[in-house]
Amino acid sequence: MRAYVIKRLLLAIPTLLIISLVAFFVVHLIPGDIISSMGATDPKTEIDRSMLERQFGLDAPAIVQYARWMGFAPQVDGSFSGISQGELGDSWWQGKSVVELVASAWPVTLELSIMGFTIGQLIALLIGIYSALRQDTRGDYIGRTIAILCISVPGFWIATMIIVLPSIWWGYMPSIMLIPFTEDPIGNLKMFIVPAIVMGMAMSGATMRMTRTMMLEVLRQDYIRTAWAKGLRERVVVVRHALKNALIPVITIIGIQMPVLIGGSVIIEQIFCLPGMGRLFYHATIQRDEPLVGTLLLIFAVILILINLLVDLTYAFLDPRVRYK
Amino acid sequence: MAESSSVGVTKRKRHSFFVDFFLRLVKEKPLGTVGGVITLLLLLTGVFADLIAPYGMNESLGIANYMVAPSAQSWFGTDNLGRDILTRVIFGARVSVIVGLSATTLATVISLIIGILSGYIGGKLDLLVQRLVDVVMCLPALIFMMIIISVIGAGMWPVVVVIGLLWGIVGSRIIRSSVIGVKENVYVQAAVAIGCSTTRILIRHILPNIMAPTIILFTTRVPNVILVEASLSFLGFGIPPPTPSWGGMLSGSGRTYMFRAPWMAIWPGLALAMAVYGINMFGDAVRDLLDPRLRGGAGRYGTRAKRSPEKKVSPELRRA
Repeated sequence: MRAYVIKRLLLAIPTLLIISLVAFFVVHLIPGDIISSMGATDPKTEIDRSMLERQFGLDAPAIVQYARWMGFAPQVDGSFSGISQGELGDSWWQGKSVVELVASAWPVTLELSIMGFTIGQLIALLIGIYSALRQDTRGDYIGRTIAILCISVPGFWIATMIIVLPSIWWGYMPSIMLIPFTEDPIGNLKMFIVPAIVMGMAMSGATMRMTRTMMLEVLRQDYIRTAWAKGLRERVVVVRHALKNALIPVITIIGIQMPVLIGGSVIIEQIFCLPGMGRLFYHATIQRDEPLVGTLLLIFAVILILINLLVDLTYAFLDPRVRYK
Repeated sequence: MAESSSVGVTKRKRHSFFVDFFLRLVKEKPLGTVGGVITLLLLLTGVFADLIAPYGMNESLGIANYMVAPSAQSWFGTDNLGRDILTRVIFGARVSVIVGLSATTLATVISLIIGILSGYIGGKLDLLVQRLVDVVMCLPALIFMMIIISVIGAGMWPVVVVIGLLWGIVGSRIIRSSVIGVKENVYVQAAVAIGCSTTRILIRHILPNIMAPTIILFTTRVPNVILVEASLSFLGFGIPPPTPSWGGMLSGSGRTYMFRAPWMAIWPGLALAMAVYGINMFGDAVRDLLDPRLRGGAGRYGTRAKRSPEKKVSPELRRA
């Protein structure tokens, strides 16, 4: 097991290297650079272009800039400080280091994702199981309709409606300022619950359908008949014998959907004005903040690789036949 | 001689296949049929948008008609520039149809090329290609697309190309796994043995046999692609105004004035949800009808069967 994890982490290194190359060079191609944007914001001040270029290190060829960013080549001042040394660089626009910005943003996204994920997946599993157990009844049809609606209704529209309609009908407006959990836990949870549900909704549809399909397949196996024949209670048959065997493809689907969670955070945080990673990334892209965009892309990729590893390890927990060597 | 007879067989088979498919759709999948009707309506609206729409795409009804609530004159109301929302929703269908179909077609073609080559040739090429696919799969799609769009500029065709490329690369995994399955068949070995060229084997023997997963991939991707285009346009990285895109209508002025004129935000979203719902239902039905594993023979040991063990309910359970 440990050997497998180490092997997977080592395999992730070349993938991450390619991603870092893609991240750097694609971001580098974004038209318009920091210096002309600076000149545009304040046209009166004469800017010394070459001086600024030297200061940001933009006078070096792109490959050198990449090497500096990754920490493979010395910076302008001769020190090695790049991603491989744990220095994530500075944002061009916000006058803060990327570490500082990410440190203030990630708790918001993490809370949102965990809440949305847990609520969405729990409801999806319950409805999926119910739908399979009561196949072709009215409850099943309602469950399946909910599942397809979750996939079809765009989250950004639901979120907009959730903000607009209550304000028109009852004059209610959700809070725009972030309420930190440490100051007012209840207020914080109240603030997060609606965006979290909208975010979790997008993922729950696929889980619901996969759970239903797999449960239907598993419930037909001989060992389920054996379990019934032994006189086990329905709860034990369903949870311990059927669900555990049905879960493996469900976990795969959940794993495949994780990028949706990251993409969803961009949209949901934008609509609900939550200062998380998605919003940070959105503004960085609009402002052409190259170091911030590149580093955030790399961080997202690392998160996805770790989640994929976690998904694969879950298989071993659920299926004793799966052994990693 | 052998060739002409095999052509005749495939042709006859294909004809009956489509008729048979249509009959089974209507008979076995009522919801899928509804989805098919919605899909057809969306297609027709997109194609004949100019004829159906009551006003011009960017035609303003004058300064007196800014943000008018839904009325007999404009059923869905007007926006902040006095443009009829119904007209723009209808033209939005055209954008969705164009992007949905062309991006998905591009994606499917790319998936087929990568998947067939990588799966059939295998070896080092397969290893290399699959590592690149890994890389793309590790990038959060929406975020990566936002960056690429800011490099190549927003617009309808950039969106189509970006979605087509990314979805094509990711989808090639599914094609590749079917190709690997088909490649082991005896008829492929026979074709190799009688000296068919690789191109001929790929086109005449592999391609027809992976049509079912390809069609499934296509139909399940279309609604997904339409939603992605809407999300991108919503974030301002998709189709720029004044072109009416359902996602774009929900952002920008739609968001600025959403409290004063909620109809500006309600209708495009509703149209989008309806269209995606319809195509999803239709795609599901297509998948169920094409996938032999999901056909019949089900439900004998379910909880339902526990109550009435003797009941054989195969036609009903086919719907599962």
